[in-house]
Amino acid sequence: MSVEPGIRPDAVEATVLLDIASASIAYGKVRAVEGASLRVGAGEIVTVIGANGAGKSTLLNAAMGALPLAAGAMTFLGRDVSRLAVEERVALGLSLVPERRELFSTMSVEDNLVLGGFRVARAVARDTLAEVYDRFPRLKERRRQLAGTMSGGERQMLAMGRALMGRPKLLMLDEPSLGLAPRIVADIFRIIADLRASGVSILLVEQNARAALAAADVAHVMELGAVTLSGPAAVLARDERVIESYLGLH
Amino acid sequence: MDSTILLFLLQDGITNGAVYALLGIAIVLIFAVTRVIFIPQGELVAFGALTYALLEAGRLPGTVWLTAAFGALAFAFDLAASLSTGIDARKLARSAGFNLALPAALLAVTHEVAGAGFGPGVHILVTLALVTPLGPYIYRVAFQPIASASILALLITAVGVHLALVGLGLVFFGAEGVRAPSLSELTLELGPLLVSGQSLVIYAVTLLAIGALWFFFERALWGKALKATAVNRLGARLVGIRTTFAGALAFGLAALVGALSGILIAPVTTIYYDTGFLIGLKGFVAAIVGALASYPLTAVAALAVGIVEAFSSFVASDLKEVIVFMLIIPVLVWRSLTQPHVEEED
Amino acid sequence: MTPPPAATHAQPLRSEAPMTARSEAALPPAAAGEPQTRNRGRLKLPPLEPRIAIAVFAAAMAALPLIPGVPVFAITLIGNIGLAALVALGLVLLTGVGGMTSFGQAAFCGFGAYTTAVLSTTYGWSPWATLPVALLVSGSAAVVLGLLTVRLSGHFLPLGTLAWGISLYYLFGTLDILGRHDGISGIPPFSIAGHDLIDPRTVHYLIWGLVIGAAILTMHLLDSRVGRAIRALRRGQLAGESFGIDAARMKLIVFVYAALLAGLSGWLYAHVTRTVTQTPFGINAGIEYLFMAVLGGAGQIFGAVVGAGLVTVLKEALQRVLPQVFGHGVQLEAVVFGILLVGLLQVAREGVWPHIAALWPARGRPVPPDAPALARRSASAAPAEKLLALDGAVKKYGGLTAVNAVSFAVGRGEIVALIGPNGAGKSTTFNLITGVTRLTTGAVRFEGMDIAGAPPQEIARLGIARTFQHVKLNPEMSVLENVALGAHLRGHAGVLSSMLRLDRRDEARLLAEARRQIERVGLAEHMLKPAGSLALGQQRVVEIARALALDPVLLLLDEPAAGLRHKEKEALAALLRSLRAQGMSVLLVEHDMGFVMGLTDHIVVLDFGTKIAEGPPAAIKTNPQVLEAYLGGVA
Repeated sequence: MSVEPGIRPDAVEATVLLDIASASIAYGKVRAVEGASLRVGAGEIVTVIGANGAGKSTLLNAAMGALPLAAGAMTFLGRDVSRLAVEERVALGLSLVPERRELFSTMSVEDNLVLGGFRVARAVARDTLAEVYDRFPRLKERRRQLAGTMSGGERQMLAMGRALMGRPKLLMLDEPSLGLAPRIVADIFRIIADLRASGVSILLVEQNARAALAAADVAHVMELGAVTLSGPAAVLARDERVIESYLGLH
Repeated sequence: MDSTILLFLLQDGITNGAVYALLGIAIVLIFAVTRVIFIPQGELVAFGALTYALLEAGRLPGTVWLTAAFGALAFAFDLAASLSTGIDARKLARSAGFNLALPAALLAVTHEVAGAGFGPGVHILVTLALVTPLGPYIYRVAFQPIASASILALLITAVGVHLALVGLGLVFFGAEGVRAPSLSELTLELGPLLVSGQSLVIYAVTLLAIGALWFFFERALWGKALKATAVNRLGARLVGIRTTFAGALAFGLAALVGALSGILIAPVTTIYYDTGFLIGLKGFVAAIVGALASYPLTAVAALAVGIVEAFSSFVASDLKEVIVFMLIIPVLVWRSLTQPHVEEED
Repeated sequence: MTPPPAATHAQPLRSEAPMTARSEAALPPAAAGEPQTRNRGRLKLPPLEPRIAIAVFAAAMAALPLIPGVPVFAITLIGNIGLAALVALGLVLLTGVGGMTSFGQAAFCGFGAYTTAVLSTTYGWSPWATLPVALLVSGSAAVVLGLLTVRLSGHFLPLGTLAWGISLYYLFGTLDILGRHDGISGIPPFSIAGHDLIDPRTVHYLIWGLVIGAAILTMHLLDSRVGRAIRALRRGQLAGESFGIDAARMKLIVFVYAALLAGLSGWLYAHVTRTVTQTPFGINAGIEYLFMAVLGGAGQIFGAVVGAGLVTVLKEALQRVLPQVFGHGVQLEAVVFGILLVGLLQVAREGVWPHIAALWPARGRPVPPDAPALARRSASAAPAEKLLALDGAVKKYGGLTAVNAVSFAVGRGEIVALIGPNGAGKSTTFNLITGVTRLTTGAVRFEGMDIAGAPPQEIARLGIARTFQHVKLNPEMSVLENVALGAHLRGHAGVLSSMLRLDRRDEARLLAEARRQIERVGLAEHMLKPAGSLALGQQRVVEIARALALDPVLLLLDEPAAGLRHKEKEALAALLRSLRAQGMSVLLVEHDMGFVMGLTDHIVVLDFGTKIAEGPPAAIKTNPQVLEAYLGGVA
């Protein structure tokens, strides 16, 4: 597969943030992911697309440490993180916005955000809170409201805001557009692009292949627990197989 | 039954109910944060009461050895875990400090205090200091290794811990019952009713403790973190809250509350090594009314349990326990109906 | 706040949170650490039929008292093991298989023991004559407590058992008729033809005859239509209910069965020890029984005997040793038990029996032979009607409207797809049709009959079978058994006929039907594997086979193609087409537009709970509203 100009070539090792090599992940006896590899470089948006149940979320959860690796290796900033707990990976600068958002639903928006900065110094957290409120004015308006009473789009923004409070180097987003109105989906993808512009790298798992391929630099296709296609997102978006299976309809 | 008896029973019930409320709140706290249904909460109460009463009697309480033994065990678990994952000297040193040095220091201090003629204030502090670390130690040894197991596996473990603690109570405190002198000799005359100073102390401390817990959960970052862990464990981990530490903290708070409850009831009733179980279970009835989730509901239910108990011991003292525990069945049925078990489905 | 004590992360970081598959419902997940694989390469004994194992065990037990030199106290001890094993056997079924934890079993022993004690002392009944009454009393108590507590969800049930366990203990010690705290003494022994069974060596035969008999009956029960239903419940009720299993009734049956075994044990106990007091029926005894079941291996019939043996012997040993060491032993025994229980759950949650069983090679079940086909559903009386029709269906959750006035119909022999973004209300619509959720307003008609508000069991009976978006199979049961569950309503064997093995013909036909459906969907080679060992996509197909085993008129498939390879998707489409050709109707939710467009006759598009379009695939593809809301603007 050719590499488009302007796209980070894989050779630039120094800028690799997350490097997953031949990872296999199992639920009990069932292997959900088999030998998957991917890398995320600094300032990059990498997306993983694929059908429901293909193993995309499993891979993200393993990257976050919520699932153990059955085989393979995983480094973050060159450090072996494969045995670190979720909490320790957060401290290193990894952050995950999970598919179910996992907000503190009976707590206020502001408490959710404050807790997002649990691992950072109080003063930094205060500044970051102001930044997050700037980025998501909606959250500022609703800061006294309980997280559980917000709309789907607002919840996704809160989940992203909470993740940003930890000042992550790599933000992993699991199906951020899931269940959202198309208009809100557009907002979310605009925010993703903004975030990259401000220096946060992003690993994006999406079923909405069209939007994900448009936003990402590099894309991987997962099928049945394996990465079956990889390459620059723009190239994949024109790939016959991708069009047939994931973009559909033409 | 005339109104004086009625008022007396009511007051008696509320006094006991206040203690049950503290227990119920501790049980809810532990369940919310760790999903452990902590059956042995009552044992912590008994240990608190025994420790305080023995200190008041000028004797060295067996708690010093019990705490040291559990601390050593907790350290052994940390050491074993450390050996299997690769030794982290900093972590291990912290563990030694909390699990070994702390009980040793407590032993030394208690040794000096016991029989040296200090007043209740010092004895209360020593009691709290001795019993509170038991919470995190028990968590480390019994629950942390299976923190992600099902609620039922955790519950069976809790029952195992209860069995062990009752037996250890006998080893470390002996079979004799003790009673502490009242914390206040005051009596207050309210119409036909004589309210003892001890009752007033119980009311005041219970209210203060509930207030302090409220402040902790609503205002302090760590309190919020505990609350967040209870609301959404995964969410809590994702923001970097270490759920094992949150668990240890919850157990520590529960042990603190347990010890406090023990100090409060030590002057009211004679405490034996195995008295805690029934007291704790009454806290449970209240906690279940609160669905193991609501603190205010638990506190109110605890008062109701105390009152029902007071009245049933007057009307049919033989059937007191039968009535109190059968009471839980309609409550459970009501809970089941109002909170139908929803299988996860999105 | 001081830094935390070293909190290491020795255990795998699979939090219970929904990131991972969760199995809250079940007690000690026996699946952890498959002993079979762990023991591979170690000592292996020749294959062993359970039948032969039981025969050998029975023979050994029969011979034991006859061996010269076996001390009487050993026989007494073994008798105590038998008494405990009966109770533990009930708990194995209740806790290990049914997923219901009880701390209160000792109370049911109390019902049995006190009943016979009162009848045989105060009223002079023969011990044999009291048995039916003892069982009736324990059973009735279980029905009452069961009706109240079996429906309790999750951890409330064990707490309930704890509460009534304590309550009954105090009640036993309070009632005058039961001798209050002194209990009842002078209970007559069993006697046969004027010969008293006082010698432990004679009563041994009675005890173990009953234990072995109960084990055989229980084993038969588990390996039957009813047993399958009970085993399936442990992993959640919804799947079972969707195939006509009355979960509450099944749970009550198991609960009463366990109580009857405990009552039987109590009845024996009363006439063996000839004194009854409240102590052996308290909560500590209840905990001990549970300990036996967990130690032996919850869910394992032989585990009950092993667990009862280990605990009883240990207790005896502790009672001898501890007083010599410490001077007072009774409570120290509790310390040891407590520590063992805690340790057991940490290191070997699956119990002892699976490790013993691993010494023998796994016994492969044969593929079921062909058997006469089950009766098919008779053709509908009103063929002119649309098969399924939703009419203004509304579902509100609080202020949120999940499904808003949705109307559509599925005709006979039609494949209809329901598409739309996640959260559009597709799954809710499925749940409204299948009776999982109740309509707020509107109607659901099936063959012209309003079925809104009917429970899932009733919907299944009408011939609506479904699959689930999140696979709901029992991962430890074989594919065959999972599929046989789908045919539950087509079998008739009940509890008694299953226990007495009168169900074999019925059972053979159910299994043969399951086999046919598995072959039909192309999974014959996986038939005997545990369902959990299949790939997720294949598990979805197993769910389709299970649905077909119901002999449905209408199939509801929730994302059937998710996780399938291209070839498998084609095979699935071919299967659905052939079903349609045979007159079956299908309603499916699916995201794979290629699959949907090529297969379906009619498409309904939902967005925000509202139907925005419906029509044939060609029209939907070009519908501007659909492109905007779901498919995305024409890029």
